[in-house]
Amino acid sequence: MAADAHKLEIFRGLVKFKSNTQKIWGVLIFLSLVTAIEVVLGIFKPEILNVQVLGMKALNWIFIILTIVKAYYITWDFMHMRDELASFRRMVVWTGVFLISYLIFIILQEGGYIESVFANGFVKTDF
Amino acid sequence: MDTTVVKTSAENKRWGGGTEPLKTSYGKMMMWFFITSDALTFAGFLAAYGFSRFKFADSWPIADNVFTHVPFIHGNYPMIFVAFMTFILIMSSVTMVLAVDAGHHMKKAKVTIYMFLTIIGGLVFLSSQAYEWSTFIKGTYGAVATEGGNILHIMDADGNQVALKDFAIAQGSDRERHESRTGLWFTSESTLPSYTFEEVLDGFKANPNLVVRTTYTGEDGHKTTLSRSESLRELETKGKNVVEGANLRQNEYGAPLFANYFFFITGFHGFHVSIGIMLNIIIFFNVLIGTYERRGSYEMVEKVGLYWHFVDLVWVFVFTFFYLV
Repeated sequence: MAADAHKLEIFRGLVKFKSNTQKIWGVLIFLSLVTAIEVVLGIFKPEILNVQVLGMKALNWIFIILTIVKAYYITWDFMHMRDELASFRRMVVWTGVFLISYLIFIILQEGGYIESVFANGFVKTDF
Repeated sequence: MDTTVVKTSAENKRWGGGTEPLKTSYGKMMMWFFITSDALTFAGFLAAYGFSRFKFADSWPIADNVFTHVPFIHGNYPMIFVAFMTFILIMSSVTMVLAVDAGHHMKKAKVTIYMFLTIIGGLVFLSSQAYEWSTFIKGTYGAVATEGGNILHIMDADGNQVALKDFAIAQGSDRERHESRTGLWFTSESTLPSYTFEEVLDGFKANPNLVVRTTYTGEDGHKTTLSRSESLRELETKGKNVVEGANLRQNEYGAPLFANYFFFITGFHGFHVSIGIMLNIIIFFNVLIGTYERRGSYEMVEKVGLYWHFVDLVWVFVFTFFYLV
């Protein structure tokens, strides 16, 4: 792959940069923006976002989704995953995503169960 | 991006070596596989952190009450400093990727400058983390621990936390720190807190506007604050000792487990950053003496760059799970 063969489109072609350097700065602006949103939400913690969605606060879901968005752009544009062959990209990304999702599901499930034992069982922790 | 990589003569023989499966050089592919395995390691740590957090869902410390310091400024500013740290790391990621880009165009001077900036960014991040650790270890207000290991914070009427030294009544204790050279040689103890529990309790009784904030999180997402009479009963019946600062055994901000995970995960990440800085310095000097110019390829910058971006990637997750969620 030639050095000038970077794919210069982000947001599925919505934004197209003229050069790789320009794309880097563009992605930096986007990442800073996302971080700024996270920080502002983290400081003010709006009341409306305290509702429970799928067992977690809506605010926490927003944080996690924004984090994954940031991770995507770091991997795809800073680490040039966008320019790699699709098969190689899947080898790296799908392996990680599958194993990590499985691990997180099984461990958090167990943590929630133990919490319910503490809360509803006959275990005294406050004395 | 293998234009500049030297090709061997066996180029057209699929099994004769010299071909690049998946159009990626060996070194870059192995760096990616290392990153995948390292990502699994970090995922394991963060999942363990999540496990403990789910297990102690109602008593886990709230990050906004813990990380509130900004260097040179007094007061309560949650999130600001860690947002700065995040920005520094993203910024050094950007200079790294600019160095890689300049390497593709064989511009030695530009690679040198960008590598230098990347190293500086890494050092700033590490010093920030050292500051974060030292304020966390030193502690701010001090707290009372109960028999059951819970932490009670002392608050004033306006809902601000009060430092123990502002109200505790010193009574002059004869109790000295036990050291193995002055007594039983096979036991020892850590530094004694500045005040005993009795001194704190007397000070609390003498100040009628003080109340206690418990370890438990209420419905509104804040720690529950007790009324004055409940506070007095809580301290008298459950209070046991004074905790100042945080270490692996006790933690004035809440569960000791929180401090353990904080030291372990941010420490492991900081270790990665240190390794990254060392690699960057090696690459920087190699660029400087023209190693890659002679080799005709700056691919080594790219490989170390992948590692450096990965460090940034991990921090994005640490930031979310320790400071935001």
